[in-house]
Amino acid sequence: MILELGIIAAKAFLVLFLVLNLAGIMGWVERKGSALIQDRVGANRASVMGFAGLGLVNTLLADPIKFLTKEDFIPPYGDKFLHTLAPCLAFFPALITFAVIPFGDVLVIGAREINLQLANINIGILYIFAMASLGVYGIVIGAWASNNKFSLLGGVRGSAQMISYEIAMGLSVMGILMVYGTLEPQEIARAQGELLWGWIPAWGIVLQPVAFLLFFTAAVAESKRIPFDLPEGESELVAGFHTEYSGGKFLMFFAAEFAEMVTSAGLITTLFFGGWQIPFLMRDGFHFPWHSEVNLPHLVVVGLQTGGFLLKLVFFCWLFILIRWTLPRFRYDQVMRLGWKMLLPVGLANLVVTALWMVVLGEPR
Amino acid sequence: MNVEMIGFFFLASLLVGFSLLVIFVSNPVHSALALIAALFVMAVLFLTLNAPMVAALQILVYAGAIMVLFLFVVMLLNPGTAERKSALWWAGGSLASALLVLELLGLLIPRSETTAWPASRIEGPFGSPEALGHILFNDFVLPLEIASVLLLVAIIGAVTLARRVKE
Repeated sequence: MILELGIIAAKAFLVLFLVLNLAGIMGWVERKGSALIQDRVGANRASVMGFAGLGLVNTLLADPIKFLTKEDFIPPYGDKFLHTLAPCLAFFPALITFAVIPFGDVLVIGAREINLQLANINIGILYIFAMASLGVYGIVIGAWASNNKFSLLGGVRGSAQMISYEIAMGLSVMGILMVYGTLEPQEIARAQGELLWGWIPAWGIVLQPVAFLLFFTAAVAESKRIPFDLPEGESELVAGFHTEYSGGKFLMFFAAEFAEMVTSAGLITTLFFGGWQIPFLMRDGFHFPWHSEVNLPHLVVVGLQTGGFLLKLVFFCWLFILIRWTLPRFRYDQVMRLGWKMLLPVGLANLVVTALWMVVLGEPR
Repeated sequence: MNVEMIGFFFLASLLVGFSLLVIFVSNPVHSALALIAALFVMAVLFLTLNAPMVAALQILVYAGAIMVLFLFVVMLLNPGTAERKSALWWAGGSLASALLVLELLGLLIPRSETTAWPASRIEGPFGSPEALGHILFNDFVLPLEIASVLLLVAIIGAVTLARRVKE
């Protein structure tokens, strides 16, 4: 009993540790990576005894200290309680969504089997969407509580944009659900270990390429970053929904954005890129289609799988940053047209084609 | 008084508390937020009743989608504090709610003497997505389709109202 609680606590710690630290590191990658992309030096002003550590000191030490020691300004005519509550509401869903994403297969130690996933619930995907739909409140309430016209406009834009793209996101995942026939992320990841015609891994990207494009676009839009950063829109709305936020509360909005991206990357990995699966790696080692086998001990297999998951996760985090520093901002009507007139019909068509395909072939895969 | 009962009474009192806040808070935005909190607690109650699907849909549809639109409208109109209603209005409202309570009590009291309410959770596939899907698409296909047509009518109506009339 105590041991089982301990295992759950350890997994919870691990997941939070992963999300929070990746979010922090992404802050550094964003600053240094953007400098790399724009051919400039980037953050290097802060140093400890002459050691700048490629901007690490700047981002991981100087920035937080500056954020946390700045004045926490609350607009005098705003809503004090809601102004404080809003950053928490933005941060909370971003942190707990990762709970259902599996980061490895079953780890067997002695007679005990540990499922490398924090919460194994049979409605995992619905849970993710339920939590994602709560993410809107942080923006909307923060915008309203600031009692500022620019903030309110940013909040209205943000909520409209997030609701629009949630529909496209949900429709794209429907295709994945139909193909794998389950709502449970761990089972989806497991099903992707099968091979098509004996040599192609049955990953989501292979079976549902259109759904991947839809999901990825919607995920970038949900993160509210360039090219979809209309809720902020510096050139139009000062800073949008967080115009009136400073210090630690602004840091929370900022960190929530990165945590959301980590979760989105985890979702893309799990749904479309096999989760913790490595091609041809079975429970007892590699089984290559050219009939050669490499047997590996259990711990090495689990370590490889978890490492593979982390690698894919980090890759998609980097892809998010790459997109943010490559594309210019869309116009608002373009964002809405993309969401409703392109992603939505394509998503519906993908659903119909997938259903027809499954009926004609008479089998899910 | 086992753990489940304590959990139930804790959640139930939270639910009642948030529901009371919805009607007693004067600021409409605060009121809408209290409603979101109440819906969230209700979803947790569904979870303890072994109905995760209903719980997830409760948050996804009501707390996540419908209430955002509520907040949207309230914020854009920004009505400030709610206007005071007359005594007659209050009396009418109280009478209507008293009738509702009476009706519910009439349903609850006679049965509690004759039949025992099932105190335990229903185990098995009840409340899972598969079970819900089977029931919806086998036993209740017609009501489901009628409900979806009703929603379609509402959408078409909204689009017609919002369409710009060409002059």
